[in-house]
Amino acid sequence: MSAEHTTAIEIASGVRAGERSAVDVLEQHLAAIAQGEGAIHAFNLVLTDEARAAAAAIDAAVAAGNDPGPLAGVPVALKDNMCTRGIPTTCSSKILEGWKPPYDATVVTRLKEAGAVIVGKTNLDEFAMGSSTENSAFGPTRNPHDTSRVPGGSSGGSAASVAAGFAALSFGSDTGGSIRQPAALCGVVGVKPTYGVVSRQGLVAFASSLDQIGPFSHTVADAALAIEVVGGHDPGDSTSIPRPAPDVVTILGDGVEGLRIGRITDLPSGADPDVVERLEAAFDALADAGAKVVDVQVPAFTYGLTAYYLIAPSEASSNLARYDGVRYGLRVDAPDTNSMYMATRAAGFGDEVKRRIMLGTYALSAGYYDAYYGKALKVRRLITDDFNRAYEHADVLLTPASPSVAFPFGDKTDNPLAMYLCDTYTIPSNLSGDPAMSVPFGTGAEGLPVGVQILAPALGEPVMFKVAAELERRAS
Amino acid sequence: MSTARADASDEAPAPSPKTGSRPDAASVAGERDNWQLIVGLEVHVELATATKLFSGSANRFGDEPNTNIDPVTLGLPGALPVLNRQAVELAMRIGVALNCTIQPCSFHRKNYFYPDMPKAYQISQYDVPLNIDGWLDLPDGFRVGIERAHLEEDTGKSTHMGGAGGRIHGSDASLIDFNRAGVPLVEIVSRPDIRTSEQARQYVTELRGILVAIGASDAKMEEGSMRVDANVSVHHPGEPLGTRCEIKNLNSVRSLGRAIEYEASRQIDLLESGATVRQETRHWDEGDGRTHTLRTKEDADDYRYFLEPDLVPLVPDAEWVNAVRTAMPPLPAARRATLADASGAPVTGEAIAVVVDRGQDAYILAVAAAGGDAGRALVHVKEAFADQGDNPVVPAADVAGLTRLELEGALTATQAKAVLADLVENGGGDAAGIAKAKGFEAMDTGALESLVDDAIAANQGAWEKYAGGEDKAIGALVGAVMKASRGQADGGAVTALLQSKRGE
Repeated sequence: MSAEHTTAIEIASGVRAGERSAVDVLEQHLAAIAQGEGAIHAFNLVLTDEARAAAAAIDAAVAAGNDPGPLAGVPVALKDNMCTRGIPTTCSSKILEGWKPPYDATVVTRLKEAGAVIVGKTNLDEFAMGSSTENSAFGPTRNPHDTSRVPGGSSGGSAASVAAGFAALSFGSDTGGSIRQPAALCGVVGVKPTYGVVSRQGLVAFASSLDQIGPFSHTVADAALAIEVVGGHDPGDSTSIPRPAPDVVTILGDGVEGLRIGRITDLPSGADPDVVERLEAAFDALADAGAKVVDVQVPAFTYGLTAYYLIAPSEASSNLARYDGVRYGLRVDAPDTNSMYMATRAAGFGDEVKRRIMLGTYALSAGYYDAYYGKALKVRRLITDDFNRAYEHADVLLTPASPSVAFPFGDKTDNPLAMYLCDTYTIPSNLSGDPAMSVPFGTGAEGLPVGVQILAPALGEPVMFKVAAELERRAS
Repeated sequence: MSTARADASDEAPAPSPKTGSRPDAASVAGERDNWQLIVGLEVHVELATATKLFSGSANRFGDEPNTNIDPVTLGLPGALPVLNRQAVELAMRIGVALNCTIQPCSFHRKNYFYPDMPKAYQISQYDVPLNIDGWLDLPDGFRVGIERAHLEEDTGKSTHMGGAGGRIHGSDASLIDFNRAGVPLVEIVSRPDIRTSEQARQYVTELRGILVAIGASDAKMEEGSMRVDANVSVHHPGEPLGTRCEIKNLNSVRSLGRAIEYEASRQIDLLESGATVRQETRHWDEGDGRTHTLRTKEDADDYRYFLEPDLVPLVPDAEWVNAVRTAMPPLPAARRATLADASGAPVTGEAIAVVVDRGQDAYILAVAAAGGDAGRALVHVKEAFADQGDNPVVPAADVAGLTRLELEGALTATQAKAVLADLVENGGGDAAGIAKAKGFEAMDTGALESLVDDAIAANQGAWEKYAGGEDKAIGALVGAVMKASRGQADGGAVTALLQSKRGE
């Protein structure tokens, strides 16, 4: 964490105690946005007026002797694929032009109830499909550490907004690494909780069985607080786990004494040497702290990418079929319904989205289902089984979050496969549904941030956060 | 899987059906050169839930368009389905009523584009439905297998303006009402066990009665809360089954029968002329009495079914299934049997069928319990209570009183009818009092005998024939007595007197 940033916990405790004004906190962040947003383009929309009203209401509540909640006055940025009532939600796609959801996502409701101040909707790869935010219909977001480089993606705007000090906390969605990879590239903490811990109600779906909302923050403690605020059962999401949010705040100081940290010996290669060096340093640091580093195997890990690029596009082809110009968003008029569908979708979707819709449609088609989608589901099962076996020997596993530090714009845009490889290390946890997070752990080439990824078994957030907190202590 | 749809208009040249030479349509296939008709029915019923299958909007027919809608119904981005427990329970009732196995099951997405399909996929059950392997017995005991009865959501309703034939193709504009989108449906798929159009009609009638009896649906074909598609093929017994066609747009039991008869003849004509039957979906046109090509197998959509990731598997536990089973009301077949026992009327007779269909059988049993005669009550209720629904306003005890007077011979049939009409009109009353007020007093035997003697005297020819053994000649004599008594005489008593006078 850089010295100029104030944490969410500091802000909330100051506001709740009446020692800080939520309005002042917000104005500091709005000033940072005014100064830096032109260079970064983290936001699709900054909600200046709404945020000022919300912050004033928080201060009024405190003045009236009421507790606005655990995130009192904390400026929060939301990836622009989370529905916000009456406020445009674009998914950085032209096809949702002009659409304003009539409801808040569950996450948004819980954040507001906790006293958070929503400062804006952040940029993303269109419909969260990409690893660099270059697929946004509204132009890319730039990495605050080096504006000639990408912030990662797809939640690049959310990662950059925290890294640049535009928000104390932000939320993204992670379908194949879309929180962890940009967190690594922007030098912030990013968490993908266990599938079902955070409600997807109001999250515009990319691949429903993989999507999961999670926070970006400067500190592990802020991320833990964020999970406790937004997590926990939501009857509005049938896949939500019927349990309270994991208890991750109180255990942050527990240390890692006696924990078994797994090193995956058959991990796919391809990570840059500077990234590998930081991963090794992380193993060493945890061993120093009393943990035991053990070797484990996850043979199916290497097939994750292939399975993912069948399962995610298949679900996406179905989820995105509703953008047909009939009820909302873009409509390109044409003489008959089928032509209208085609003209609307041709004009409204970008290349990467079209590529994945076609891929998924093909994979689900009669005669190809068994060879593609069906086989991918079997691989998914294998990955889950392999992870479960590995967790018999290790409490958590450590891998790189991204194979490289932030790369320059245009580096991979002509080669979709090279872009897909960005998610090699993050995808398997989405397929298994297990939690994973990226924690900044020093810098690599060009002094750019490197993230270490911690993987844990399903609902293993507490042990994952213990390890993350230890790495954070050892990194500074 | 499919719901009724009329979006294709590729009209194929219809073969020339020999409608003029067709015999009475009771069983065309069976009468023509040993052709065997094979029919399977797919019945969609809208469940009578308070709310939709996956959202809290009201499930109500006839409301102002697009008022029962919400983010889930409209398929808005980010909206997620939550399964309606009441819908599952009603679907399980259907499973129990149709003797199905109720099993743990899952939901799939059926993907296709259509303007009234908000998500561009329908959530339905695919390879593992809730109810499987049951049967339905027709009133005559013929058993029709039930392959499955699964849950799915309905689509919105499109109205195509302008253009030809109310179809989307060529129309000027289309209006969509999403009130129906997301309404819970159960699709009941029979095995291809049905062999005649009459059995098909009986199947749908019996199924409808069951669905209403168990409170699963109001099952109104005319309002679309029950929709029937028929899969029809013909073959020669012992040979492989023929190619089937699916017939849609069957809006009444009568249409169903007519459409099956037409379609069977069409297929037989084709086959007998050396042509083949093309597998296709056909649209029944009530106006011209024919089926027309809607779409062929070649232009069928590839629905790209896959497991619905927004829902978890539905696993009804044994306790729940048992609770549903225990709470099942008696089904129409059992109710018909009970009523037949109580009334002495034939179980397959029209009166029993009509009264059970109206849900008035419990009322008749209540009349009997109040000391009345169930047999006479059955006739009265069937004739006079058509508008009274399953909870007639006339107290059962009053009808019981009426039937007692009849049994005692205190009222003739004609008088009883008049008293009944009074009971219906005034919502009840004391039958004896009404009879008295109307001046209906039983004729004593002496008065009746003198009327009979008068009639014999006035109709000597008829009497001679009757006395000579010509039974039907009694009609003129009874008629004369009834006329003379202005309908007050009891026909049974008159007959008995005439018989005794003939020396029987």
